[in-house]
Amino acid sequence: MKPLYDLVIIGAGPAGLAAAVTASEYGLSTMVLDEQQLPGGQIYRSIEKSVPENASALGKDYFYGENLVQEFRRSRVDYLSGATIWDIGRDLTIGYLADEQARQVRAKHILIAVGAMERPVPIPGWTLPGVMGAAAADILFKSCDMVPEGPVVLAGSGPLLLLVACRLLDNGVNVAGMVETNGFSDNLKALPYLPRALRASHYLIKGLSMRWKVRKSDIPIFQKAVKLRIEGEDSATALCFESRGKAQRIPARTVLLHEGVVPSLQLTRLLGCEHQWYARQRYWRPVLGDRGQTSVSGVSVAGDAGGIFGAKTAETAGKLAAIDIAFTLQVLSAQERDLAAYPLLKVRDREMAIRPFLDTLFPPGHEALVPPNDETLVCRCEELTAGQIREAIALGALSPGQVKAQTRSGMGPCQGRMCGLTIAEMIAASRQVSLADVGHLRVRPPVKPITLGQLANLEVVE
Amino acid sequence: MSGERTFDTIVVGGGLQGCSVALHLAREGQRVLIIERDSCGQHASGVNAGGLRRLNRLVEEIPLSIAAQEMWHDIENLTGSDCGFRPTGQVRIAGNTEDLESLEARAQKVQALGYQHEEMISAEGLRRLVPAIGNRGVGALICRGDGFADPALTCLAFRLRAEALGASIRQGVAVTRIEQQSGDWRVYAQDQYFSAPVIVNCAGAWGDRIAAMVGDSSPLQKEALALMVTARTPHFIDPVIGHASRKLSFKQMANGTLVIGGALKAVLTERQDDTLIDFRQMKESAETVCSFFPFLDSLPVVRCWAGIEGMTPDRLPIIGPGKKSAGVFHAYGFSAHGYQLAPIVGKVIADIICKGSAAFDLDAFRIDRFN
Amino acid sequence: MLKRLHDISDRRKVTIDFEGMQLEVPAGETVSAAVLAAETDYTRTSAISGVHRGPYCQMGVCFECLMEIDGVPNSQACMIEVRHGMTVRRQHGARGVSDEASV
Repeated sequence: MKPLYDLVIIGAGPAGLAAAVTASEYGLSTMVLDEQQLPGGQIYRSIEKSVPENASALGKDYFYGENLVQEFRRSRVDYLSGATIWDIGRDLTIGYLADEQARQVRAKHILIAVGAMERPVPIPGWTLPGVMGAAAADILFKSCDMVPEGPVVLAGSGPLLLLVACRLLDNGVNVAGMVETNGFSDNLKALPYLPRALRASHYLIKGLSMRWKVRKSDIPIFQKAVKLRIEGEDSATALCFESRGKAQRIPARTVLLHEGVVPSLQLTRLLGCEHQWYARQRYWRPVLGDRGQTSVSGVSVAGDAGGIFGAKTAETAGKLAAIDIAFTLQVLSAQERDLAAYPLLKVRDREMAIRPFLDTLFPPGHEALVPPNDETLVCRCEELTAGQIREAIALGALSPGQVKAQTRSGMGPCQGRMCGLTIAEMIAASRQVSLADVGHLRVRPPVKPITLGQLANLEVVE
Repeated sequence: MSGERTFDTIVVGGGLQGCSVALHLAREGQRVLIIERDSCGQHASGVNAGGLRRLNRLVEEIPLSIAAQEMWHDIENLTGSDCGFRPTGQVRIAGNTEDLESLEARAQKVQALGYQHEEMISAEGLRRLVPAIGNRGVGALICRGDGFADPALTCLAFRLRAEALGASIRQGVAVTRIEQQSGDWRVYAQDQYFSAPVIVNCAGAWGDRIAAMVGDSSPLQKEALALMVTARTPHFIDPVIGHASRKLSFKQMANGTLVIGGALKAVLTERQDDTLIDFRQMKESAETVCSFFPFLDSLPVVRCWAGIEGMTPDRLPIIGPGKKSAGVFHAYGFSAHGYQLAPIVGKVIADIICKGSAAFDLDAFRIDRFN
Repeated sequence: MLKRLHDISDRRKVTIDFEGMQLEVPAGETVSAAVLAAETDYTRTSAISGVHRGPYCQMGVCFECLMEIDGVPNSQACMIEVRHGMTVRRQHGARGVSDEASV
């Protein structure tokens, strides 16, 4: 480990891994910091120790990541796993915690490749034990060879919901229902984007085959579900909802919720990068150049942290970012950069062609965005309900920051990751303005908690 | 240019001082407008550590501070909210005999002026008051009846009460120009202006900028003062803790979180409108806290932040009439200890405007004292 | 609330103590997974109302999996792998400082 690197990459998913390999090929001194114990990110999670019996359920899209990880392992990169980032200063000094020791490292350039998180799905009862994100179930399968106990109900919208349903079926889990908050009208809205999506037809084929698998199983499927509510005292016992005007109740041991994924923005926010509102999938993303440049010099973004485009696009974006950074650090000329970037840009365009279609087919359910029920817990840490948030808005809070000051929403350990977007949506809905005008919670460091003792023992770099 | 409205008084700045001035004026039946560039209480007013302290005040401020503390004890009557007020007392710890001597000198000085609120306690007395301190203090200067409140809640309560009494508030509107027009002040803000015979400058760290618009001037330096807050932890300490010679300022809020400060400087951005946390300062502060309370070392810090404050050269605020023209009053430059004074500052300004005089000698706070 | 799919006898096992129960679990599992596979579904009680909570995201975002691991409160159980001899406790309410710490 050195005190200063040409490039520090944060995150070892497809974007970070590809960027690291490319950067080291160009001779940049490169460090990769990743919060997980093994490389691969969430998409290729634990690929180096996957259980052979799970190979067919994991599928070839998962094992595609093996090569990427192997190349990364062979590259001349300083890799630190289990490293949690808690601060990045504007002088590009990174504060991280590894093995209980807080340290700093400096970078000439930083690539943020931290990926995405599942969009929180605030419905009544979502804080009960037995309720998880669908992605969480996927992570447990990949990393721990585990599945949730049945009966399982899946609810929400998005390709991942289908994927997880298929994996549960493959593993013989009792799936008691698939409750979709999207429906036929979304299919129609997505139709105009289908021709373009055909350029990336392998995704369509995969999607259709997953849908076929769920259809031909005898799982009850519901569409356009509303008024979702999880029953239970100390843990989840059933999912209740209405579909096509009819009240439904499905007993369940586990409820998996999913309304798409959204970029993880803590670091780009902290660094003051400019962001834009993406209305179709209702999330913020950093404003990026073609090769991942943010509005802050010395800071680039690749992968889903810059907008949800999937693993293959992330990998290409990682390579492009590394090429751009090599140019910025005067290792490549402008011409060399453009030559290297050209084929990658074409690949990326093709991969991204599916997105407008997918993003329109799977809109986040409205009730998950603006919880209609006043009893729904919005801020899980500080245990604040939608009613309490609405009360603060009625008292004149115009922004998530003002709601936070009045209610303590976002002041708990998750620092607003789970409630920030919801509160902004609630303000926008109540003031009838665009979310872009409402703004977002300000990120306050440390972006992950660090103890007083660890802070006191921080090894500072000058 | 449109939207002229006529008010009795326009308050520039919707921080706690501005809201307090507006509240007291509205109580007197005035039509008041607050113009706030950002949002009410967004800067130092709403994000300070919340300490309510007469202890160790600059002597010029003591009369105001004592009157303010009496108002804090009755804050619910004034604002309709308890503002999170907790009269836990404040303690200034002596770590060694040198500290003890300086605190004793302070106590004698204040008592010689006829005040009784600050008193010395022994090491044993300190341990009774703050068992968690163990043997790390040899005595302390304390002020019973001091304590803390919740700054964001306080700002909200003052604003809501001012509004309930009829005050108007414009947020997100920056004042760009102030002119005299046939005896009235015209305050220009974005594409409109507002008129009133009297204006009050409560613009905090930007108070010098507003003062300049009406022909007054004062030195004022912006500083970003940082705080850190921990996760909730079971209750273990009552009074607010300070130290005679070390950068320690520390309290446990009613919700169990610890708020740690003590003149920790953050970095002001180039445009001086935003702050960045300097973790080297935070490290020092964490070291100090852990050296006094070693059992806290596993407590997570969940958030650091900073507010922008206006500091005067003598660290005393500017309170009183403008010098250049009539109908102008200033209340800014509180130099990081204005929170406790806010209830009385609003009353003093309102009394001068409505009754022609206030019950306090404001000579030490004149705007032209630096000339 | 979780079940292991395969009992692979050649996988290295470690023993952890969860609330006094000795759990023999495969090395490499996260603490939150290992605990949820042991006939339980809650891992803490909430800081304010004291209700049961369990891990939600499994990727370090939601902070619902805060537990007391080897005496250290507020540990993110989904980010920490099991180690032999580890002691794991549910975290009850706001637990800033370790229970053993004396004031």
